Amino acid sequence: MKDVSFGQYYPVESPIHRIDPRIKLLAVILYIVSVFFIRKFVGFAVVAVFLLVLVFLSRVPLLKVLKSVRAVLFLVLFTAIMSVLFYSAKNAEPLWAWRFIKIYKEGLLNAARMALRLIFLVMGPGLLTLTTTPVELTDGLESLLKPLALMRLPVHELAIIMSIALRLIPTLMEETEKIMNAQKARCADFDTGNIFKRAKSLLPILIPLFVSSFRRADELADAMDSRCYRGAKGRTRMKVLRLHVRDFVAAFILLALLFVILVLRYNWFGWAFIGVLW
Amino acid sequence: MIELRNVTYIYNEGAEDEKTALSDVTLSIGEGEFVALVGHNGSGKSTLAKLFNGLIEPKSGTVTVNGMRTTNHKDLFDIRKTVGVVFQNPDNQMVASVIEDDVAFGPENLGLPSAEISERVDWALQSVGMGEHRKGTPFRLSGGQKQRIAIAGVLAIKPRVMVLDESTAMLDPVGREEVMRVITRLNKEEKMTVVMITHFMDEAALADRIIVLKNGRVAGEGGKEIFRNRALIESAGLELPLAARIAAELRECGVELQGEITLPEELADALCR
Repeated sequence: MKDVSFGQYYPVESPIHRIDPRIKLLAVILYIVSVFFIRKFVGFAVVAVFLLVLVFLSRVPLLKVLKSVRAVLFLVLFTAIMSVLFYSAKNAEPLWAWRFIKIYKEGLLNAARMALRLIFLVMGPGLLTLTTTPVELTDGLESLLKPLALMRLPVHELAIIMSIALRLIPTLMEETEKIMNAQKARCADFDTGNIFKRAKSLLPILIPLFVSSFRRADELADAMDSRCYRGAKGRTRMKVLRLHVRDFVAAFILLALLFVILVLRYNWFGWAFIGVLW
Repeated sequence: MIELRNVTYIYNEGAEDEKTALSDVTLSIGEGEFVALVGHNGSGKSTLAKLFNGLIEPKSGTVTVNGMRTTNHKDLFDIRKTVGVVFQNPDNQMVASVIEDDVAFGPENLGLPSAEISERVDWALQSVGMGEHRKGTPFRLSGGQKQRIAIAGVLAIKPRVMVLDESTAMLDPVGREEVMRVITRLNKEEKMTVVMITHFMDEAALADRIIVLKNGRVAGEGGKEIFRNRALIESAGLELPLAARIAAELRECGVELQGEITLPEELADALCR
């Protein structure tokens, strides 16, 4: 319960940590696009090597990064199994068949691709949140979205709402655990029964959590007011975002990754060896 | 510095659960003072804290900070620059997940240049003895450490008055002592005006002036000699500080003790004399 590595900053000094958050956000978008363009397994291998190098450079333990996958593990398994079971090929021999269930080689490969894609999709943003503080992230987002403020979009407000939400996640997790323990101490049962029964047993947790969240929000608002907060008006920042050479290098590397993935997929140069690759 | 004149405050006015939190409170807090506001739960202490910097407005009467009325919305920003408030729960005061970003929140709102914000963050964290935690996250800290970060967050605004609204209530004895040490140092060395709202009488004993609240009214105020008035303190639902209580019992038994005794050291000194 306590372990929410998604959205938890890992405080060390590293070249990855130092990259401008705007560049990191754009880089993650490029990364996600790249992952979507992967068709061949060699593409996943390229991304895996790329990620491993990043993790090594970021000095975040690999296990921490892998833990961010755990949250979507169920989804990954579910979609993989579903796609294996319901894959149908017209003119191929199934590897294995039982009544209406037929398993094809192509279906297995497809499922593997889907699972890998999902896992890699989660790991990129996972690494982003491990190496970037929520404040940097929201600063980056605020700065990237600034043009939208001209269209009267409350960019600053959205950014601060996000940063506070991120900041409160661990606190609320802790609180949930406390409430659960309090209910357990009074013989509440969260672990048995069917799914509906279990969902219903969560109600006595959600209600106190809700109530206390409102109380917290009230207190936080008072604390913010007391610290002279009055919205974006006249507000400056301690950390002013400035692009450095390393940021351009990072952007270039990500563009290169996308390029490699695209070449692997579309074989623009007609290289023969790409055709044989898996 | 802060001036309250005939202040009345009512929660949920007109509703069934209407509750008068403060009635006809008049008090003033001078520059450089260390004032303790004591009272048991529901005596209106925390309402006072919110009145001091205009988070709430009095129903009647006036609250002025350096001559600025808290009902004048144009002055609120300057009032909050002058009066910093630290609340009870450190977890509910932090806006950022990295300590330096949280401490920077106040000075950022003041619109200072980034180099100065950074300097202030350094200074504020040093002042509360948390300088080495600048880049860390507050989640792994103890309650006392978290509350010191919250104090640094207010300190970085460089207010002239620091109001602590039961800021030690959720802390263990070690954390409480850490916070109190920081507060007394700020008052003595940085000449910061401190208003401490508390029901821990041993902490109140550190203040120069004590204001006792009872059912939303000022029941009494004065220097440490107020602890001689046991009836007043106990009628407000409070206890004398431990040292003062022992001193009072000893005096009753005929032991002669010189001077005002509110702190353990003072009791020891008086006994050894």
